[in-house]
Amino acid sequence: VSALLGLVVLLPLVGALACSLVPPRAATRTALAVSAATAGLVAALTLRVWEAGEVRIASAGYEPPLGISLVADGLSAAFLAMTAVVATAISVYASGTERARGGGMFWALWLALWSALNAVYLAGDLFNTYVALELMGLAAIGLVALAGRGALAAALRYLFVAVFGSLAFLLGVGLLYGELGTLDVAQVGASVERNAVATAALVLMTVGMALKSALFPVHGWLPAAHGGAPAAVSPALSALVIKASVYLAVRIWSTVLPGVGTPAAAHLLGALGAAAVVWGTLAALRQDRLKLVVAYSTVAQVGYLFLVFPLALAEGTPGDAARDGWAGALALGLSHGLAKAAMFMAAGTLALAHGSDRLAGMAGAAARRPVACATFAVAGISLAGLPPTAGFVGKWLVLQSSLATGQWWWAAVVLLGGLLTAAYVGRVLRVVFAERSPEDAPALRPVPARMEAAGLVLALLAVAMGLRALEVVRLLTAGSPFGMAA
Amino acid sequence: MTTPDVFLGVAVALVVLGTVRLLLTTDLIRQVVALNVAGAGVLLLFVVVAARGRDEPDPVPHALTLTGIVVAVSVTAVALGLARRVEQAEQAEQDEQAVQDGERDGTTGAEPEP
Repeated sequence: VSALLGLVVLLPLVGALACSLVPPRAATRTALAVSAATAGLVAALTLRVWEAGEVRIASAGYEPPLGISLVADGLSAAFLAMTAVVATAISVYASGTERARGGGMFWALWLALWSALNAVYLAGDLFNTYVALELMGLAAIGLVALAGRGALAAALRYLFVAVFGSLAFLLGVGLLYGELGTLDVAQVGASVERNAVATAALVLMTVGMALKSALFPVHGWLPAAHGGAPAAVSPALSALVIKASVYLAVRIWSTVLPGVGTPAAAHLLGALGAAAVVWGTLAALRQDRLKLVVAYSTVAQVGYLFLVFPLALAEGTPGDAARDGWAGALALGLSHGLAKAAMFMAAGTLALAHGSDRLAGMAGAAARRPVACATFAVAGISLAGLPPTAGFVGKWLVLQSSLATGQWWWAAVVLLGGLLTAAYVGRVLRVVFAERSPEDAPALRPVPARMEAAGLVLALLAVAMGLRALEVVRLLTAGSPFGMAA
Repeated sequence: MTTPDVFLGVAVALVVLGTVRLLLTTDLIRQVVALNVAGAGVLLLFVVVAARGRDEPDPVPHALTLTGIVVAVSVTAVALGLARRVEQAEQAEQDEQAVQDGERDGTTGAEPEP
């Protein structure tokens, strides 16, 4: 059973190699088969974690510190499962048309990216985490560059930010190894104390992950990269790649270096998150390209996830409230993964149909591309956090946690952010529902039905996840690190 | 001051220099070089960690450094490839602009100003 841990990383990687070798038509079929098989493996692994709380494997039978371990607890499993659902939908979406993929290398890069994401979630060893981060970054940069001439500068800027973030992380790893003599996450977590070296490592790793997560004020690279990427790539970047670095920041604070971060630092991260919510949403309101609206929405939504630090990972917060903050903020991460992927798919479909993602040219799209517009609306409702969506459940838990810990200001940010989100979603909907006489409507290019269906399924899953909230919370708190703090 | 201490200082200096340059320059090739300088500093730190303390050097950081060099070479290759294509795209854009301007003036873009 624990071999599953290795397989969910290995299978997409082998698939990526296979896709780079076979002719294009076969590559699509291979990639779809690999996607389905990987999703199946992740489902089996998630079930196992659901029952056992934690699954680990020491590769080749060597125990740490000599060997390298792979570990899945509830937090890993929840993000692995969300990634598998979104990734399968992206594979289906990308199989629709060559224009959505951007080029022949799409499948190899995309499966390599999926493999790297899984490796980040499962790594039980800090150096392995670094290698997975770099693989993830390189694959993501290649995918952005597939969009061609207009996206090259954005891809290069993304490279500098991503590699610099990884270097900061690696520097932290080096400091920790010098101090503790081990790279195993569990061993580091058990023996680390709050001192100058551990604090420096925490700061470096957190800064690196904040850069990669595009946390305000270092979000400047994100809109161009996510907005300029091909239609099938934007959902992967916004829904999945960003989550991996946020996951890692949470993992560092909770498991690798527990007790090293000070409450002041946790509140600073929360404050930056709050600023991101306000700034990102206001910027989203002012964009005149649909994909940039969605990209700035990601800047804002990342902010909510960083509320996990003041609510759950600052010292001295009581157990129940901290658990609510943990589960709420991370559930927001999962629901954002589903909803944002759906939203970017809808935006990509509309852009492909209209030949451009200029909002002004999409007047009346609701009558002509109803499924894509409905997907955008349902995903927007989940992002704004209206019941019964998963976004609502996450925000509700965050609200409860912030009130119970006496930090009412986070609650105010969450409520204001929800209102502003509804405003920019509403602005897009007002354009696509605008009436337009049939004569001056531009001719639409056909878009395969499966592309619209993939987005709609994800948007509906974001709603369905809200109806199974208890199970989501249980999975997020299963096993270490939070281990049901109550 | 022992030898590892000296190299620790060099490592920190390299990281700081590379980081500052990366943030201050807009030239793409210089940014790639600056990233490599900072990366060299990080890897040097691993070598220092290996040399510190016990009599024999610790082999684990050496292995990590080798992996780090492989990653750095791949990243640099991708960055240089992208930088080249960015500059080609900019060049092509300028040429198109020059041709358009030339058509407007009734001359070809290549001719010098009178």
